[in-house]
Amino acid sequence: MNLVTIGFFLGIVGLTLIVTYIAAKRTSSASDFYTAGGGLKGWQNGFAIAGDYLSAAAFLGVSGAIALTGFDGFFFSVGYVVANLVLLYVIAEPMRNLGRYTLADMLTARFNEKRIRGVAATGTIIIVILYMIAQLVGAGALIKLLFGIEYWMAVLIVGVMMTTYVLFGGMTATSWVQIIKAGLLLFGTTLLAFLVFSKFDFSLIKMFDTISTQHGDQFLVPGMKYTSSIDSVSMMMALVLGTSGLPHILMRFFTVKDAKTARSSISWTTWITAIFFSLTIFLGFGAMHFVGIDAIKLENAAGNTAAPLLAEFLGGNILLSFIAAVAFATILAVVSGLVLTGASAISHDIYGEILKDGKLTEKQQVIAARIGSISIACVSIVLALFAQSLNVSFLVSFAFCIGASANLPVILYTIYWKKFNSNGAVAAIVTGLVSCLVLGAMGPNVWNPVEGAAILVGEPLLKLSVPAIITIPLGFLAGYLGTVLTQHKVEAKKSKEIYQEIRVKANTGVSVSDVSH
Amino acid sequence: MANVGTLNKPVEKEVKPVVNNVKFKEINYKKIDQMESFNSFVKKKNTFLFGVTAAFLSLYILLPILAFTPVLQQKWIGNITGVWVYAAALFVMTVMLCMLYTKMAPKFDKIAAEVLAEYERDGGR
Repeated sequence: MNLVTIGFFLGIVGLTLIVTYIAAKRTSSASDFYTAGGGLKGWQNGFAIAGDYLSAAAFLGVSGAIALTGFDGFFFSVGYVVANLVLLYVIAEPMRNLGRYTLADMLTARFNEKRIRGVAATGTIIIVILYMIAQLVGAGALIKLLFGIEYWMAVLIVGVMMTTYVLFGGMTATSWVQIIKAGLLLFGTTLLAFLVFSKFDFSLIKMFDTISTQHGDQFLVPGMKYTSSIDSVSMMMALVLGTSGLPHILMRFFTVKDAKTARSSISWTTWITAIFFSLTIFLGFGAMHFVGIDAIKLENAAGNTAAPLLAEFLGGNILLSFIAAVAFATILAVVSGLVLTGASAISHDIYGEILKDGKLTEKQQVIAARIGSISIACVSIVLALFAQSLNVSFLVSFAFCIGASANLPVILYTIYWKKFNSNGAVAAIVTGLVSCLVLGAMGPNVWNPVEGAAILVGEPLLKLSVPAIITIPLGFLAGYLGTVLTQHKVEAKKSKEIYQEIRVKANTGVSVSDVSH
Repeated sequence: MANVGTLNKPVEKEVKPVVNNVKFKEINYKKIDQMESFNSFVKKKNTFLFGVTAAFLSLYILLPILAFTPVLQQKWIGNITGVWVYAAALFVMTVMLCMLYTKMAPKFDKIAAEVLAEYERDGGR
């Protein structure tokens, strides 16, 4: 660690704290806290959503995966980019028109039952914690590597920072941290990619020739990581459909004033992510060629430091320090968004709406939100400290799997299916959630005959690393069966009236301000 | 009395939703839901949305399927194999469909506004 590194590092910390200070002055109500008062502009929210997409797993993980496994790593890039279209075409606008703070708010706009809120909030908390453990463990390892700080201290630093942003600045601070980070990350990646491309004389043909002749054709086709079509199809399904079911992404649609702004947000996100993930090819191939596979593996077996190592090769210590600082900002921003989402489920859904029947005053709601933020942060930090030696990066794809299997079916049915009922909703969420957890626990990420390769030693019962290909159809099927098997004629009239209202609101955006209350 | 109060808690304050700068005191959702113009609008919109969604999801999921077949594993341009070209095409598709949506959406907004204008013209009840 040297002065330049410390300078960039402190610069990031300082900038984000200033943002938090300004945001804190504007955060007084529950709506300020959870949704930045719904006042973000389209481009701002677009950058913030892109910030959520471009997690450390995406920036460091994908470029490392391409460096080590070639095309197999690029599957992720394609999945993240196309996922934008699902959000844009079927989710974003109805979500904005029907929801308020959380996914559960949107579902209870149709089914005003505490059990719906309960299962939806539980799903959100599980996704948030899984995602956060993966991010925190990755962050700890990365900071240890880049700055030479002990793992437990690195996790604590990140933990304290994320709690500070959320506690004082709520969604406004979290959004701006995301926006700043997305901008920095886009700039850093473009710079790295440009430098790599210039070394190949700005010729794609030449870059691929070099990889083919000096590293081998196996990097140009899939098969190094994914050996079967079915495993990669399953993973790709989780990515493209799971994004639309991730609570921290869905929550971002409530930070804008109407469906039109939600639309322009995701349009911005599409462009940003399409550019960013195209550039991962240059980062991956650049690291493979200039740093070398052996050197990457020596630093980190999973390749997570491929991008920083490439930066060091291309621009020496200054560029390394900059990219490391951007990676740090990336981690901080993503975990802050997760803390806020977790807090919304605990404090708004479970405490405010279920336990207190939605009768909290504005002031009590903000206090509850802050207590919820501290709780979820503490739980995650403790779990991350225990998970240090485990390989937990797969938890991110698990979060996508649960999003696609538990949340997406119920969201789509709620918006688009007239007959859907609350029993179907509970069945879909519970089945999606449980099947992901059970099948995941039987899979190769948890069980491996080689000691240390996974959490437990033994033969996996299920060969799929991400069980989405089974669990997504199960989630949809459970929602369908739960509905058709329990059609009660008595409630039919009332539920029909509510669906009429949902349908009109979702399609016209009428009376957005009045939705769940 | 319209159906506003049937959802969740009873409405405590007077509701004045704003649509296209038109203020409604209350909204009769049942009536809008049964309007012919509304239903043909929703049908048209959903056909477009789900049609495009089905198409891009099919093209997308073909990538991991075809990627393990000789078709996409061959070298197409220089040493660039089919998988990269197909993946790049999916990126281009994403951006183009995003532009298509942003072009179509204002048209749907306009029809939605017309439906609400019709509802208002008929007295809003």
